Amino acid sequence: MSGFPDAGLPLERLCEDFSLLKVFEKLLQGHRLTLEDGLKLLETNDILTLGLLADHANREKNGKVVYFIRNRHINLTNICVGTCKFCAFRKKPGEAGAFALTVDRVLEKLSASPPFTEVHMVSALHPEWNYRHYIEFAKEVKRNFPHATLQAFTAEEVEHLCRISGKKAEEVIAELIEAGVDSLPGGGAEILSEELRKKLCPDKLSAQRYLEIHKIAHRFGMKTNASILYGHIETHADRVKHLLALRELQDETGGFQAFISFAYHPLNTELGGNFTTGFDDLKMLATARLMLDNFQHIRTFWITLGEKLAQVSLHYGVNDFDGTVVEESITRSAGAGGGSAMSVERLVELITESGKTPVERDTFYNILRVYNESTVTADL
Amino acid sequence: MRALLPPTFKDKRLARVAEKALSGERLTAEDGLALFETEDVLSLGLLADAVAEEKNRNLAYFNVNIHINPTNVCVGTCRFCAYRKSPGEPGAFELTVDQILSTLENALKKEPSITEVHIVGGLHPDWSYRRFLDIVRVVKEAFPKLYIKAYTAEEIKHIAQVGGKKVEETVEDLIEAGLDAVPGGGGEIFSEGVRRRLCPDKISGEEYLEIHKLVHRMGLKSNATMLFGHIETYTDRVEHLLKLREAQDETGGFQAFIPLTFHPWNTSLKVPPATAIDELKTVAVSRLILDNFPHIKAYWVLLGEKVAQLALRFGADDIDGTVTQESITRATGSRFGESLPKSRLLRLIREAGKVPVERDTLYNIIRIHKPLLEL
Repeated sequence: MSGFPDAGLPLERLCEDFSLLKVFEKLLQGHRLTLEDGLKLLETNDILTLGLLADHANREKNGKVVYFIRNRHINLTNICVGTCKFCAFRKKPGEAGAFALTVDRVLEKLSASPPFTEVHMVSALHPEWNYRHYIEFAKEVKRNFPHATLQAFTAEEVEHLCRISGKKAEEVIAELIEAGVDSLPGGGAEILSEELRKKLCPDKLSAQRYLEIHKIAHRFGMKTNASILYGHIETHADRVKHLLALRELQDETGGFQAFISFAYHPLNTELGGNFTTGFDDLKMLATARLMLDNFQHIRTFWITLGEKLAQVSLHYGVNDFDGTVVEESITRSAGAGGGSAMSVERLVELITESGKTPVERDTFYNILRVYNESTVTADL
Repeated sequence: MRALLPPTFKDKRLARVAEKALSGERLTAEDGLALFETEDVLSLGLLADAVAEEKNRNLAYFNVNIHINPTNVCVGTCRFCAYRKSPGEPGAFELTVDQILSTLENALKKEPSITEVHIVGGLHPDWSYRRFLDIVRVVKEAFPKLYIKAYTAEEIKHIAQVGGKKVEETVEDLIEAGLDAVPGGGGEIFSEGVRRRLCPDKISGEEYLEIHKLVHRMGLKSNATMLFGHIETYTDRVEHLLKLREAQDETGGFQAFIPLTFHPWNTSLKVPPATAIDELKTVAVSRLILDNFPHIKAYWVLLGEKVAQLALRFGADDIDGTVTQESITRATGSRFGESLPKSRLLRLIREAGKVPVERDTLYNIIRIHKPLLEL
């Protein structure tokens, strides 16, 4: 390992953590990464070498393409029976700042929105809304905006629908599909550890159940996403085990499209604590890219990372910049700075400047438009 | 085994510059452009990190400091500024010497380990020579242990003009009043064409360098800056860095170079905000071109703490300080907090795999904090 083949550079002067190269060698030989490997990745300080490895793994899968989508987030209500300690979004009925949108108001908001190809609808567990009401939102959005795909209801919301209706998840998902839901978002995974969930979100669906609901959705032919909430009380081992659990399910069903990491934001939460650092955010994404060898896409959610770090993450294994978002209040109520809308021009600019090719996608990663440098200039 | 290594330095132009840099050869303007134009950002980072480590080992400096901006009333016309007000305009302020003293007193009560006060402000049309000097004198008398880093080259020129004195005399008087070091502000971009469009009434790049060289010859250290991400080109940036390197060859009086990101909000320059990739590249290229500058500073107030932390792996060895009270960049929409607690600075540095070193203004080591592994 005493030099660099093409440039003749003394690599050992540049790379600091050689244990990373051993992990990479394993990948190149087609071995899967283990818990121990994942820990090496998360614990390194050699953030540049880690990035080069993740970038390489990403290029093998996705080339230089970075996807984004014109999506419109909508949160139907923040009134919630949940008790998750990391949440700053939830309100009690009648509490200051509590809101619950009507179907008409949702349609109005969507009509007034900049163009979108996907509606991303996630909310809270409203104590008074019944099963029919939830289904009605999906139906009406789909009926009024048939051109857009509807990505709606996290596994926890699906479980809530089971609880309030007494139906099985299979039934609920079949009815959601009939109502027009095209895909389930990845939210609600938090940390897939029953023990930590007892401390963080004792009333939420179990880790086991999160995976089960996604599995059922996959069996119905639905594509879903997976997520992690990191940077609170979990250890590096918890994170890696989380990734391994997702990888295992993906081996079974192949129904996950993208993995998304959510940096924990501590403001206004019961749990409190600190914000993550940039190193932490990038290590999480790079590790996910390297461990999740059966996931095609790793997505950066710029709302939780900020646009700057989200851009840097495109060199850390990320090939999806999420999208225009337009309105988001869940992370922002816990202290995410910056706005909640990003223009297509800015998305294209950030991706282009990172040396990648911006490609607009739909929910299922069908390519809608490839931007090249000349169109970038024209758009600006 | 070699074939299994990750594809570093895919950019052949970058690889050639890397070989030069690693063998200690000076980089040219053309090399600088190759660095800016590469898409292989992480390899660029690796290179800058290796060079930084040769200079500063695995240390990352910070200081516990407070910023005082005595006034925002300014006769200047710089187009990139959102801080300046005309006299009497809503939001215009000017601090009395007593207000400055009580601000410092309160800050020291909260954070007794402050070692530096950084004083920069507007070019107030009605302030006398004496008033500018008094600020330094009174602060020094009240807090003799604090280092005073005050007045950018542009302000020094203004103070000299107000007093009808030569710059040299003015610097002498300032030193006598208690000035310890000169900040780097006002460098902007040296390139004349860009400077004429950005800040036609400001001192020229030549004058900026002359004033710093003078300050150095009179025994003080200073910093240097570059404002980037507005209407300048990569060529302008490289030229700027080369001029600084030349001046440093002459005097050796610069301590740190600080690249400053332009923030467009509330200014009359309608350009998109600089991106993190551009910021990290600029930090790395600065480290590689400015081979005679001991320190490259990642000023978190402008970069944000996340990018500043990353910059510690892209060639920077200093993350500035706790920065209580800064108001100039916040006027342009920099949304990052106004102050970072020492504990957070320590965490950022430790996680970057560097050893946190608390320093004073002149880079004397006050305390070497424990690295991550020893905690």
